[in-house]
Amino acid sequence: MATATHLITEVEPRTDDAPEAVVVRFAGDSGDGMQLTGGQFTLSTALAGNDLATFPDFPAEIRAPQGTTFGVSAFQINFGSAAIETAGDAPDVLIAMNPAALKTNVGDLKPGGLIIADEGEFGARNLAKAGYETSPLEDGSLGKWQLVRFNISQLTLDAVKPFGLGNKEALRCKNMWTLGLALWMFDRDRAPIEAWLRAKFAKAPELAEANIAALNAGHAFGETAEIGSPLKQHHVDPAPAEPGLYRTVTGAEAISLGLVAGCQLAGLPMFFGGYPITPASAILHHLSRLKEYGVTTFQAEDEIAAVAAAIGASFAGQLGITSSSGPGIALKTEAIGLAIMTELPLVIVNSQRGGPSTGLPTKTEQSDLYQAVYGRNGDAPLPVIAARSPADAFDCAIEACRIAVQYMTPVMLLTDGYIANAAEPWRVPDMSGYERFDVGFHDAPLAEGEAVNPYARDEKLARVWIKPGTAGLTHRIGGIEKNVGTGHIDYAPDNHQAMTDIRANKVLGVADSIPDQDVCLGAPGGKLAVIGWGSTFGPIHQAVRRARGRGLDVSHVHVRHIWPLPRNLGELLRSYERVIVPEMNNGQLKTLLRDQYLVDAKPVNKVSGKPFKISEIEAAIEEALA
Amino acid sequence: MTEMVKLTPKDFATDQEVRWCPGCGDYAVLKAVQRTMPELGVDPANTVFVSGIGCSSRFPYYMETYGFHTIHGRAPAIATGVKLANPELDVWIITGDGDALSIGGNHTMHLLRRNLNCQILLFNNEIYGLTKGQYSPTSRIGTRSPSTPFGSVDGPVQPCAFALGSGARFVARGIDVHKNLPEVLKAAHAHQGAAFVEVFQNCIVYNDDVFASFTAKDNAGKQLWLKAGEPMLFDRGAKGLALDREALNLKVVDVEGGDWQSAGVIVHDPRNRVVAHMLVEMPFGTFPMALGVLYDDPRPTFESVLLRQNEEAAAGKRPDLQALVSRGQTWQVAKEPREI
Ligand code: SF4
Repeated sequence: MATATHLITEVEPRTDDAPEAVVVRFAGDSGDGMQLTGGQFTLSTALAGNDLATFPDFPAEIRAPQGTTFGVSAFQINFGSAAIETAGDAPDVLIAMNPAALKTNVGDLKPGGLIIADEGEFGARNLAKAGYETSPLEDGSLGKWQLVRFNISQLTLDAVKPFGLGNKEALRCKNMWTLGLALWMFDRDRAPIEAWLRAKFAKAPELAEANIAALNAGHAFGETAEIGSPLKQHHVDPAPAEPGLYRTVTGAEAISLGLVAGCQLAGLPMFFGGYPITPASAILHHLSRLKEYGVTTFQAEDEIAAVAAAIGASFAGQLGITSSSGPGIALKTEAIGLAIMTELPLVIVNSQRGGPSTGLPTKTEQSDLYQAVYGRNGDAPLPVIAARSPADAFDCAIEACRIAVQYMTPVMLLTDGYIANAAEPWRVPDMSGYERFDVGFHDAPLAEGEAVNPYARDEKLARVWIKPGTAGLTHRIGGIEKNVGTGHIDYAPDNHQAMTDIRANKVLGVADSIPDQDVCLGAPGGKLAVIGWGSTFGPIHQAVRRARGRGLDVSHVHVRHIWPLPRNLGELLRSYERVIVPEMNNGQLKTLLRDQYLVDAKPVNKVSGKPFKISEIEAAIEEALA
Repeated sequence: MTEMVKLTPKDFATDQEVRWCPGCGDYAVLKAVQRTMPELGVDPANTVFVSGIGCSSRFPYYMETYGFHTIHGRAPAIATGVKLANPELDVWIITGDGDALSIGGNHTMHLLRRNLNCQILLFNNEIYGLTKGQYSPTSRIGTRSPSTPFGSVDGPVQPCAFALGSGARFVARGIDVHKNLPEVLKAAHAHQGAAFVEVFQNCIVYNDDVFASFTAKDNAGKQLWLKAGEPMLFDRGAKGLALDREALNLKVVDVEGGDWQSAGVIVHDPRNRVVAHMLVEMPFGTFPMALGVLYDDPRPTFESVLLRQNEEAAAGKRPDLQALVSRGQTWQVAKEPREI
């Protein structure tokens, strides 16, 4: 099977002519268009051939009061000439569109880093809203950084004057002025952004031209910047990459594409039931535009109806899929139990977010592992897969579809808010390299005297899938326990034991169809293994690489198949003297590993709504080896 | 089916032992449905019964068709997925007062407003039978039950009023043991769209005779069987419904010698939504119980509109996976990987 290539450079960093990486953070008011600016800067970075990772960080409020610290929206990008796996620990450059953005972000900036501030927004009112008594641009409090400031607001107004926009509309072009400056700083081509603006404002060409004028003005401003100013042009070489066609992809896009591909490889139409929830809605939005791929999307009245309709569609012979975040998954749980009991294929995508309850809807966390593996009434096992990155989510989605139809079972696919929103370059996969797993519905006529048995099984223990509409095979399924031999209702004690065992063994058997656990950096066996899952891949990988560069004996193992676990994982874990498990939760995979293998897996936890920093994992490695 | 074999009610019965309490109204409804199916000329293989949880929800196990006994309250949502995945299937939802109006009220409402083409049979017995007799959302105020030993205090929901309020385009009522039930079922089946049928069903164990005030033989005069184009007469034609123009409401009038015209009795027009609202809201006692097809005025069905939109959106586009994954702004990396 071809794999989606998120490039991992196995080479340890070298000292001379070292590859370069730059971290830039755009921060402004949630109405300033920072996510859009970041998105377009990402595109230009990808087109320049750099590897990259991004971290969009925005408030839960759609339009928080202007100028306040809780209304700040930020977008961070890390790009470079070598493999990039995280959005970067600390920015080198901070672009602050107002005092609140400066206040909430400047603490993360590297010492000596560059601040670009729009001084036009640093009036008394905005300063007060951000809680500044004096202007930080004037009072010397930013001394440990380099500061450049100019009146971006006024410069934008001047640039778009010929287009006769109102003041408010004219100021909206500020983000394009800023983007223009950033494009100049990193020696980027403006043409693709201009093309994008013309397409975006096709119905209002004067707005397109005004934005392009602002973009060009920002760019020109950089060009004419005084020599000796901290503002310098800087070229970052393209990162090495496998030859091929590339694009950028967010996790939500990759999952949607992977689900479409999975259904096509299974030869089934897709039924997607969804209900709006942050950050999972993006999948519903993407899929609703792909009708030509046999996709039906259904925005249900609630989370329960979304999964229930998907189960109904699976019963009728399509592949039912639903997606949500933790609170929505909780609501779907009873219905997931029904799909387990009736042994129908179903894919459930959980874009995890900060919890419990409403928690931190726009922040990231990976604290739904218990919910995925254990969180149902009765002995109700289902396979669980976790994506490590936006690009990886594509293959994980295909894998989830495969397991669902081959084993007649619901499958849970875990991603998180970080993966869903973040973008990275993706080598477009060659779809002809994927193995098909076409579904064969059972439609063989009954022999004389034979009764329909919807619970007849194959060697994988998967039951037959008989579509309603098939002549001669009418049957009934439901949530009540069924007889192991006939499929009729049966409450008998031995029968329940037998059926419970079959359901458990069927799911455990999935391990026969998944690859052995690999070591993604380092060696099998040694002093220390860092075991990760999901979106902690980037920081763990970089931290292990750095530690190995310093001669430490540490390896990185990243688990995709959370349940059932790969057959060799226990043995692999026992080949290390120590095992640590960094997770953005209070130690959930750690519990699973301890339970399954009786290994002394040590937790490294962070539950702040923010991804791990590389330095935090490095510190944990040092400590574990001390 | 290549040749049309005339099926019999037996062909729609499974070999499963029916497990309702002896004397339960559910038996009569099952018989009525099994009797009606051959007359509808439907193919059992193309028919799906979907139910929730409750006594009546065991129904699919006794029908020799496809069936899905699901979870409490969710049958409408599951049926929606079934029908959207295969609109050729003839979908029947079997539900009860607790299932459809309490735990599943939301799904019932949305199925009706969307107008999914299916039949919904709501077995109303004004009680939770399977859980041993607690009062239900249709129980009258003062109902004494294990959970309301001093009588229930909350007002009941009127199933047909709920259905109309949710946007239903077909609303009908029947009685479990009444000979007219098959006719009601046939009308529901003929309606293109969500057909909502409230069946008054006697729970002999926990709520016996709760509908006797109009279902008992002696009280047949309290039944108003509606027929399209015919006057709204009851009590063997001795009484009828007329319009009280002052109160803008219905009133009961006496009919002398069959002269309903001069008594002002109105003629039933199932497409009149305003009158349908009046009929479902009529307080029983002073008024009769309106039965049969109260309202029937089809609109385009959910699945037909949705699937047509899907087809239109897909028209002229070729599903090409390789093209799909290559969408957006792309760039080519030509050179071999550099050594670093
Ligand atoms: S409890 Fe009532 S409704 Fe349930 S089967 Fe018995 S008689 Fe019928």
